[in-house]
Amino acid sequence: MRINKSTLENYFFILPAVIIFTIFYIIPFFWIFQLSMFDWDGILPTKIFVGLQNFKEIISQDPSWWQAIGNAVYITLIALILQNALAFLLALACDREIKMKNFYRAVFFIPPVLSEIVVGMAWRFIISGVDGANIINRMLVSVGLPQLVHNWLSDPKTVLTTVALVHSWKGFGWGFLIFLAGLQIIPKELYEAARVDGASSWDSFKKITIPLMVPVIVLVSILTILGTMQAFALILALVGGEFAGHTSVPVLRILTVMRDSSRFGYACAQGISFGVILVIISFIQYRLSKRYREE
Amino acid sequence: MIDFLKSFSPLIYRYMPYNPYKTDRKSWFSKFRNSISYPILCIFVLGFFGCGQNGPADVSSAAAKKVVVWHWMTDREDVFQELARQYESLTGVKLVFELFAPSDQYSQKIRSAAQGQTLPDIYGLLADKRDFSSFIKAGHVADLTLELEENNSAWKNTFFPNAVGVNEFKADDSYGVKPGIYGIPIDVMTIEMLYNKNLLQKAGLDPEKPPATWEEFMAAIEKLRASGIQGMVSGWVEVWMIDCLASNYAFNIMGKEKVIETIKGNVAYTDPDWIKVFDLFAQMRDNQALVPGVIAMINKTAEQLFANGKCAFAFNGSWCVNVYKGMNPDLDYGVMLPPAASSKFPMAVWGGAGSSFLVNDRSPNKELAIEFLKWLTAKEQQVFLANKTQNLPANKEALDEISPVLAQFANDMKYATHPNILGVSEFPVVIEALDKGIQSIIIGEKTPRQVAFEVQIIKEREMARNK
Repeated sequence: MRINKSTLENYFFILPAVIIFTIFYIIPFFWIFQLSMFDWDGILPTKIFVGLQNFKEIISQDPSWWQAIGNAVYITLIALILQNALAFLLALACDREIKMKNFYRAVFFIPPVLSEIVVGMAWRFIISGVDGANIINRMLVSVGLPQLVHNWLSDPKTVLTTVALVHSWKGFGWGFLIFLAGLQIIPKELYEAARVDGASSWDSFKKITIPLMVPVIVLVSILTILGTMQAFALILALVGGEFAGHTSVPVLRILTVMRDSSRFGYACAQGISFGVILVIISFIQYRLSKRYREE
Repeated sequence: MIDFLKSFSPLIYRYMPYNPYKTDRKSWFSKFRNSISYPILCIFVLGFFGCGQNGPADVSSAAAKKVVVWHWMTDREDVFQELARQYESLTGVKLVFELFAPSDQYSQKIRSAAQGQTLPDIYGLLADKRDFSSFIKAGHVADLTLELEENNSAWKNTFFPNAVGVNEFKADDSYGVKPGIYGIPIDVMTIEMLYNKNLLQKAGLDPEKPPATWEEFMAAIEKLRASGIQGMVSGWVEVWMIDCLASNYAFNIMGKEKVIETIKGNVAYTDPDWIKVFDLFAQMRDNQALVPGVIAMINKTAEQLFANGKCAFAFNGSWCVNVYKGMNPDLDYGVMLPPAASSKFPMAVWGGAGSSFLVNDRSPNKELAIEFLKWLTAKEQQVFLANKTQNLPANKEALDEISPVLAQFANDMKYATHPNILGVSEFPVVIEALDKGIQSIIIGEKTPRQVAFEVQIIKEREMARNK
């Protein structure tokens, strides 16, 4: 095969990007994969090869890892349903001709641009009755619901849901923006034609908006899954740690194993396993949505 | 030769912005693209290969007589800088203190630097004894035994024995390290209980006679509760503090030897004595002895609550003297041992080296570093450090000139023990299971017996894995 000058030149242009991508993504990935097959404390120059033993331990002997995965799935489900529903509804509202819609757009996008640590600390101040202003409980009392007053962040029954709600509050702005962009590219003529044919608003929504928004919904869902499953800074700021395992999530587990247990090899194996889980979830979601679109 | 090189010109110019050998005319965009792309590429390539020339740049400046120190102690940074200035004017050696905080990030930095062999001349290490031994085996820590023991151990004898002990590896240790002393304590700490004198008085308790036994403690909690005063606070989301109190009571209930036998795997965590230890936390839960939300609380929050008089007792380390002074200078409090749950064995508290400095064995400035540490741990500098930071000095001679509350902490050094002086270390995952188990007891999810069995299962699994 003869490589012409233009092809060579093009390869030459992408060389810096390829070098950077290789150094910072490809090589670390293979290095982490290699480390995941060793028993290594991260300090000693010698590593003990254990093959797939670390993966076997993750699958069969590490209930705290699966508890962390379960917690992350729970937060993700709440985010998928609540956060995305809220984002979609607000996008629908802002897509119409309402007053101050630019103001709303800006306001809805404030939470996602704030640091997770800042959001976590602010909400801790709002929620906590121990070291915060206890605003939620005070509001419940003032609206005549004193029976709902609760230690939201220090009760194992409510702590994870509280974390999920705060996470959804912080994350809905991204979904809102993407949904809004998706809604704005749907041709208005379609709605007008449907109206002429006697379709109600609900019919238009069901038969035009939803089918045309499926690719956007899939995109937002995949981004939500990937973002939420990897959340941890918000939890650290909000609860301080793993709260007897109730707020343990995969990234926190990996950090704990690496930092406190000095098991770098095992932490790498957890990282690889977690990556595989995320890829599988995203792939399933993509296939399901593709089938739905085809139908 | 020149002709030979010239023959390559078309090839070389092919990848240059201007090519006199090329006859076709390029568009202005193509020229622009080429003229900026090649310099950018060169920068990347040079930058990339330039990165390869790193290494212990800081430690290679012996000619300039510069010693680099890494630490995580935000509260001591200003004092270190002041001491560095004093040392430079005295000896001409420049001390560069570099602060990396918070401590979690510092730990990661030290590990990364160890892997890349870019550790500074002197550094602090936040790690258990097992990791400490790995640093030594990897050649990152100098053996300071000779220096400490010269002149009839003159330098060594200035320190509290426990403070040296946490940096010492003995021949019969399980770590497989050459026996010796590998670190210099710069201050010491004990972790004990503190009580608010005013709140005790308000509840009708004697502010000068805090509870000494578990029964007295529970009775005091009841009286405090009756007066609307909360009991004890501690930052138990930082699980090592739970581990600390639990091991205090393990020493008190079953004695040091049995604790060591448990770590060795000869006594099970399901032993009745261990269940008694776990049961103390269940009793604290049942008697509402703990401030609500204690296991979701960082220690800084716990310190704020105690300093602001929101609860009567705190479980905290001697570093708190400085913290409380900053939060509430008028706080009237005393220091007490955790109330004894058994009279069989003496109560123990965690104590020993609060912070130690290690010397990089690969540093070309090793001698300069050791000389500086000798100066830093001399009485005058230790008094200066103690008075400025309200931490307990590592040098015993400096104790005469410290505040009364700190002196109380210092008096209790005789009860001090530390996991790092036991000669064996528990597996980190077992400690994690124990700490999380106690958290579960406190929130009423598990019984002491359940926790004991769960911890034992993990212990057996780890022993099998590490056989």
